[in-house]
Amino acid sequence: MRYLPITDSERKEMLEKIGVKSVEDLFSPLPKSVLLKKELNIPSSMSEPELEKMMDELGRENRGANMLSFLGGGCYRHFCPALVDQMISRSEFYTSYTPYQPEVSQGTLQAIFEFQTMIANLFQMDVANASMYDGATAAAEAVLMAHKIQTKRHKVLIASTINPQYLETVRTYTSFVVDRIELLEMDPATGCVAESELAKIDSDTICVLFQYPNYFGMIENLKKISALTHEAGALLIPVVTEATALGVIATPGSIDADIAVGDGQALGIPMNFGGPGVGLFTCKEKHVRKMPGRLIGETVDRNGNRCFVLTLSAREQHIKREKATSNICSNQGLMATAASIYLATMGKQGLRDVALMNLKRADYLKKRIASETACKIAFNGCNYNEFTILAPMDACELLKALGEKGILGGIAAKKYFPELDNAVIVNTTEVHTYEELDRFVDALKEIAGGAK
Amino acid sequence: MSNYSVPSNLRFSETHEWVEDLGNNKYRIGISDFAAQHVGDITYVELPEINEDVDNESVVCNIETVKSSEDINNQISGTVVSINEMLSENPEIVGADCYGDGWLYEVQSDSDEDFKALMSADEYDKFLDEQDDE
Amino acid sequence: MSYPGMRDLKLREALIFERSREGRRGYSLPAEDLTGAESILPAELRRDGLDLPEVSEVDVVRHYTRLSTYNFSLDLGFYPLGSCTMKYNPKVNEKLVRNPQFTELHPETPARFAQGTLKIMYEMQRMLAEIGGFAACTLNPSAGAHGEYTGIGIIRSYFAKKGDTKRKKIIIPDSAHGTNPASCALNGFEVVVLESDEHGKVDLATLKSLLTDEVAGIMLTNPNTLGVFESDILEITKMVHEAGGLVYGDGANMNALLGVARPGDMGIDVLHYNLHKTFSTPHGGGGPGAGPVGVCEKLVEFLPNPFVVCENGVYSFRNSDSAMGRVRSFYGNMGVTLKAFIYILEYGREHLGETAKNAVLNANYIKACLKSYYHLKYKSDTLHEVVFDDSEMPNHVTTMDIAKALIDRGYHPPTVYFPLIVHGALMIEPTESESKETLDEFIEAMIDIAEKAKSDPENILNAPLSTAVSRPDETLAARKPVLKWVKN
Repeated sequence: MRYLPITDSERKEMLEKIGVKSVEDLFSPLPKSVLLKKELNIPSSMSEPELEKMMDELGRENRGANMLSFLGGGCYRHFCPALVDQMISRSEFYTSYTPYQPEVSQGTLQAIFEFQTMIANLFQMDVANASMYDGATAAAEAVLMAHKIQTKRHKVLIASTINPQYLETVRTYTSFVVDRIELLEMDPATGCVAESELAKIDSDTICVLFQYPNYFGMIENLKKISALTHEAGALLIPVVTEATALGVIATPGSIDADIAVGDGQALGIPMNFGGPGVGLFTCKEKHVRKMPGRLIGETVDRNGNRCFVLTLSAREQHIKREKATSNICSNQGLMATAASIYLATMGKQGLRDVALMNLKRADYLKKRIASETACKIAFNGCNYNEFTILAPMDACELLKALGEKGILGGIAAKKYFPELDNAVIVNTTEVHTYEELDRFVDALKEIAGGAK
Repeated sequence: MSNYSVPSNLRFSETHEWVEDLGNNKYRIGISDFAAQHVGDITYVELPEINEDVDNESVVCNIETVKSSEDINNQISGTVVSINEMLSENPEIVGADCYGDGWLYEVQSDSDEDFKALMSADEYDKFLDEQDDE
Repeated sequence: MSYPGMRDLKLREALIFERSREGRRGYSLPAEDLTGAESILPAELRRDGLDLPEVSEVDVVRHYTRLSTYNFSLDLGFYPLGSCTMKYNPKVNEKLVRNPQFTELHPETPARFAQGTLKIMYEMQRMLAEIGGFAACTLNPSAGAHGEYTGIGIIRSYFAKKGDTKRKKIIIPDSAHGTNPASCALNGFEVVVLESDEHGKVDLATLKSLLTDEVAGIMLTNPNTLGVFESDILEITKMVHEAGGLVYGDGANMNALLGVARPGDMGIDVLHYNLHKTFSTPHGGGGPGAGPVGVCEKLVEFLPNPFVVCENGVYSFRNSDSAMGRVRSFYGNMGVTLKAFIYILEYGREHLGETAKNAVLNANYIKACLKSYYHLKYKSDTLHEVVFDDSEMPNHVTTMDIAKALIDRGYHPPTVYFPLIVHGALMIEPTESESKETLDEFIEAMIDIAEKAKSDPENILNAPLSTAVSRPDETLAARKPVLKWVKN
């Protein structure tokens, strides 16, 4: 095996030094009965050319990777400059461990310090951590953190318009921790939290967790939710699953969020069937010692040089064990680095341009679908790059017919919202040309019929 | 005699907190020289909130260093009436002057029972000696 | 001296923000008139200001290339970080997973258009179950601690379904990783600490005294963090099962057993793997990892949603009502899982066991060569790693000094000050990737440090001297946290 350099004669020498006869002797602490007596039931060893062929063939079976796609729902296809992958392919970045020894890890430490800065700036929040697994777990940890801050309150409010997978994850993490989790129900006209539901925000509310743009692509009534949440003394926790949206839309900081989380996959990270992406976690400075995850801080070394170290570790599991703010250890470091390289490359103007291109395409597509096809726009209000349409037929039938034309038309909302059986959530980004958007409209016309 | 400073006007707990009687069942609380020397360079002190009701078994404060996080056990049941505001900017004072400017918080109690139950300076000094022997 | 030492080209590099110049561009997007596009949104929904760098492509490339040179990495040299299993990360894995047929696949793609990836997931669920001796495996958890969270959550769900609400405690040996108690706490369990015996192992009598009808189970790392195999494992699992509890296995040290023995055969009910340790996926300077969880038959129904099933050769996702829930969005770090898949297939059934055998050989060789120079608190036989300490070091030389002195000699330091039960621990895990020459050179460096500690302690106490940065002030960093760059 090419990854095993010890030769037979070296092995003999080494065993002699150790003072045992065979490698098997080194396993003598194991009970004999548990030693494997037969080969594992896994395939036979493959050579590099064979592996290459196999992966190529399996890849071909992923026909969806080549289709014209309008899928979003928490994972987005964006253009990514070639240099991002080139840079994170430097093995100094990808074959190093967590930066426990600062003298030999300044590369990672500085890169992640810059990541924290960029994410804090993007969100306009005081502090960002070194990353979480993804947006869903970041949301769950945000609720747990809020629960630790608001010790005397009992109720967590979550917008029903949040990504349903996030909702499920938050429930998994918190349902046995907080006394009550209540949903803020949707207004069927706006696709946003119904205004009347906001009355649920009261003095017993720990936090209000909501997403914008929400699962249906709609931007919630940020001002109102923020005002009522703060009036009640609850913590405001917005979730941003499409981080490029913050290239143009109002930030969590601008609505005075206490904790704000999100997913950074949209920032130059390939979709990879949903992972690895990068969870984003930010908060106000006064809460930083309750924050989960690693933090990199600036300091000086003994010669007075600026440098960076892991800091505020007394919050973490390796010191506080069962009293830690979270159990997280490994995060998504390399993906955080990729997101920073993307943000550095696109910069101030590039990210704004991307956001505007998304905004424009969604607006174009929405208008054409509304005016030329039998599909309707489901909700009144503002979107970023995602919106919901109502087909004159069952959503799955529509998507199936689109699939036959080589188009992944979006996500059938009924997968999570059974009452919305003809709703399809459609996403478009800067990777689409206007010709591709037209092709989609034409296909919709053909399948669902033209505008009446 | 132990190798640590143990002022005779204070009483002490086995977990190395000191308590000073301020009169009228009001008490000031801090950590002993032994604790301060063992904990190392203090980077942060988390204090209780004013008006918080605390009992004599609860953990009300926390002292952090780069590599550790130490719970401070409250010794006097009552209400927190004052906290040492200086520590938010300068936590290192606890290590430098644990019996003086490095005090942590003050509690108003309704009796002197908890205070009396603590070790006297002499008893604590002996207690430290025994600890050293172990 | 034959150890590599460290001398390098060091270019100073500012923060990317400090490289920024107004109006500089590093991106290329299709020409498109965007004037007025923002008015699609009402003014109150638009952001103000966006403080990101303005740099050219060359600036970005130089910046990150220079930063990369400040890192020690596995491809640069020996990285004996105990408990982290820094084995070689094969290049073929990196290449093959960058195939756009995998990277450009959206997670909401209908199953019929994603059969390739689903097939790999199904095969990985099956192979990882087989390798550990389990009935089934989930790929959803994103890292080791996330796997722990999931595994303990499965245990919580199991007792909840049984209506056994009394079992609120989990026993954890004092040698365990900090993630273990934290993962239990996150699941609402109370942690009962089990003190290790004089051999660094679980003492059966102590365990017996802790097993009550309030105990949901025990969380064991085997071999434990000292590298010591719990040779009473069969008695331990039997005792816990008889007391009505379950046994959680922390697979952090699975590299000692891979292909040699299976935790499931020892009575372990749940175990998480670390694909970024045992299965060669790179650690990326802190992630992404992946923490699949294998379970025994009676726990299969509690695995998190969703999982992949196969019917008549067609693969699809399924959810279960009794599942513990969902532990993240989508299906885990698939990009990481693919690399581990390729790794397992390259070794195959013929060779997989050679990894553990060589890893254990290498660790024992280091131990044999260094035990007369460094103190070993526990004399028990060890498998894939060895824990020395600084208790016999002269001239106040500590573990931290030894670690820093290793940097000057061209090595990444071992894990230090862990496990907590060894004061001043130095935990060395060489893995199977290293050749005898590398081990010999490292041993020579360690002996040199031990000798210098006596003859020339300043050499050790002032280390590292070869790096751009030396002994950062961590107290200052924690006292006055500066967590982002702010423009003056």
